[in-house]
Amino acid sequence: MTDTRAYEGLIAETITVQGDGGDSIYAYFARPLGEGPFPAMLLLHHIPGWDEWYRETARRYAHHGYVTICPDLYYRDGSGEPEDVAAKVRAEGGAPDDRVVGDADGCIAYLRSLPYVTGKVGVMGTCSGGRHSFLVGCRSSEGVDAVVDCWGGNVVMPPENLSERQPVAPIDYTADLAAPLLGLFGENDFSPTPDQVAEHEAALQREGKDYEFHMYPNAGHGFFYYNYPQAYAAEAAVDGWEKIWDFLERKLG
Amino acid sequence: MCTMIAEKVQIAGSGKSRDRWFPIAQTYVSFDHPFHLQREHALNLDFVNEELGTGARVAVELTPEDARELATTILRLLDEGAEVEAGSA
Repeated sequence: MTDTRAYEGLIAETITVQGDGGDSIYAYFARPLGEGPFPAMLLLHHIPGWDEWYRETARRYAHHGYVTICPDLYYRDGSGEPEDVAAKVRAEGGAPDDRVVGDADGCIAYLRSLPYVTGKVGVMGTCSGGRHSFLVGCRSSEGVDAVVDCWGGNVVMPPENLSERQPVAPIDYTADLAAPLLGLFGENDFSPTPDQVAEHEAALQREGKDYEFHMYPNAGHGFFYYNYPQAYAAEAAVDGWEKIWDFLERKLG
Repeated sequence: MCTMIAEKVQIAGSGKSRDRWFPIAQTYVSFDHPFHLQREHALNLDFVNEELGTGARVAVELTPEDARELATTILRLLDEGAEVEAGSA
């Protein structure tokens, strides 16, 4: 809640962080000013790359009181305009899962090393970032305290879609999920389809996991993206963000 | 990547990106999320030269219907061109 008489400020900048294999990669970093301690968030970007929407979202999280890091998961694939780099990664079948988890672990360790962080860290992503967020929730050696998966496709994968870069369907890691999970999905989405979301939900129930899924009618893939008019679904987006803030307050606050 | 429908084709040609021509060495063909076209999925063509950096790219995003029509047109014109070249040989 904003108090009109309260001091407010944030800092946001590009930093270098150690990712998978100790590689130095770039990350966008945004944090509220003040001594804290603040909870922290890791944002994993979507297929269109390390773009403006994710920078804005990092600043939005900082505004809401979270020290936030968003690594360039395509750092090793080239530099330039985000979509030019992303086009290359799209053609190559996406970022390798192991590398993403390694980059995430580097970022989580960095966040927990900061003197103004409580130690609680959540992870959130959309599209492929939602899938990666779930993977991190299951496979991170650093561990996270909350996972937000927004319409992550390919959590359920038919065997013919497995590849060297994505050798295991994330749903097969469900037993290893070590943090509460919030999932936001649209009924009109092709990836994940409502049936795939239901299959994932059944696996979470079987394993007795702490999760909440919300399926929005009249919403498809990417319903937070106000810069894609075809995808944006205002009602679902407003409610979805409220659910995220509520979930994170309960799990990281 | 969301659809996993993507291929890289090695080709040789020329493309114009912003203000310069460059030699095209690869084409990325995908049926996946476009960057600009207002559809969830599109037939995306990226004519690139990986040796010149990620900025050496000409991008085209088409509806599936238009992509099919374009492919048919290309094949028809190639056939007509082959006849012309055969006649002049």
